[in-house]
Amino acid sequence: MVAHSIFFYTFSLIAIISAIMVTVSKNTVHSVFFLILDFISISCLFIMIGAEFLGMIMLIVYVGAVAVLFLFVVMMLNVAQQKNQWFSARESSKHIPVGIIVSVIIFFELIIVIGGWKYKPDLVTAMSLTIDNDISNTHSIGYVLYTDYIHIFQLSGMILLVAMIGAIVLTFRQRSGVKRQSYFSQISREKSDGVEIIEVQQKKGVNVDD
Amino acid sequence: MTDIGLGHYLTLGAVIFTIGIVGIFLNRKNIIVILMSIELILLAVNVNFVAFSIFLNDLSGQIFTLFILTVAAAEAAIGLAIIVVYYRNSSTIDVEKINSLKG
Repeated sequence: MVAHSIFFYTFSLIAIISAIMVTVSKNTVHSVFFLILDFISISCLFIMIGAEFLGMIMLIVYVGAVAVLFLFVVMMLNVAQQKNQWFSARESSKHIPVGIIVSVIIFFELIIVIGGWKYKPDLVTAMSLTIDNDISNTHSIGYVLYTDYIHIFQLSGMILLVAMIGAIVLTFRQRSGVKRQSYFSQISREKSDGVEIIEVQQKKGVNVDD
Repeated sequence: MTDIGLGHYLTLGAVIFTIGIVGIFLNRKNIIVILMSIELILLAVNVNFVAFSIFLNDLSGQIFTLFILTVAAAEAAIGLAIIVVYYRNSSTIDVEKINSLKG
């Protein structure tokens, strides 16, 4: 139990500090690295608490894909040198107090909800998907995900497909003046388009220019 | 103090959520950091879902976290694509200079 609490406090402290560093870091590349650190520590918490599959998926999806995507865009747009200084920005300093007040209010609302909250007495009987401790976490998620939640699962696949197509369509740029291989026109070329049989006259030759 | 319960995880989620909100409110320079703050908020929601799922012994929270992960990945991809297109058109992604919808 003591080890559990030590690990919890360590990982959550790392997560909170790196979340703060994401927002206040002057260099955007450093912000992306702190975001990666945040995701890693939260996934360590997930693995520690018993949701191993989600922790691993979190590592794969966020650290492997999303953070690398962020890093790629930051490097590509060359905004890493643009200073990200909202403390010293002159004209933007007027919404800092409003932002801090709203954030403090939201935080205390969340804390009040956590502190004054109790289970409904019949909540335990109302649940349906109890965790079976005999099989592993991945196993039990697989049992539920492909049966009860199959429609939502396929819908999330559709969302990913739409996001993929949307990202390609948004960033695709047709440059003019670039010669490119076109498989369709190559394959659909007929003999009649390319070859012409000419009766060559004696001592006159063929005019190939037309 | 040494007994980690549901409240600890919920407090962690609340703190990370609030940091994300602060990042959105106070950052007026770089729109990529705003997207990262949105990712932080979704991460806090995921922490809440997983904590409830484990402590209530119900698997639905983890399934929902999986779907939130999917939507967050899609949102990051689309948002970054929009940022790339905007940077290509107007060569800035400064938040204070993006005001063409202001009228």
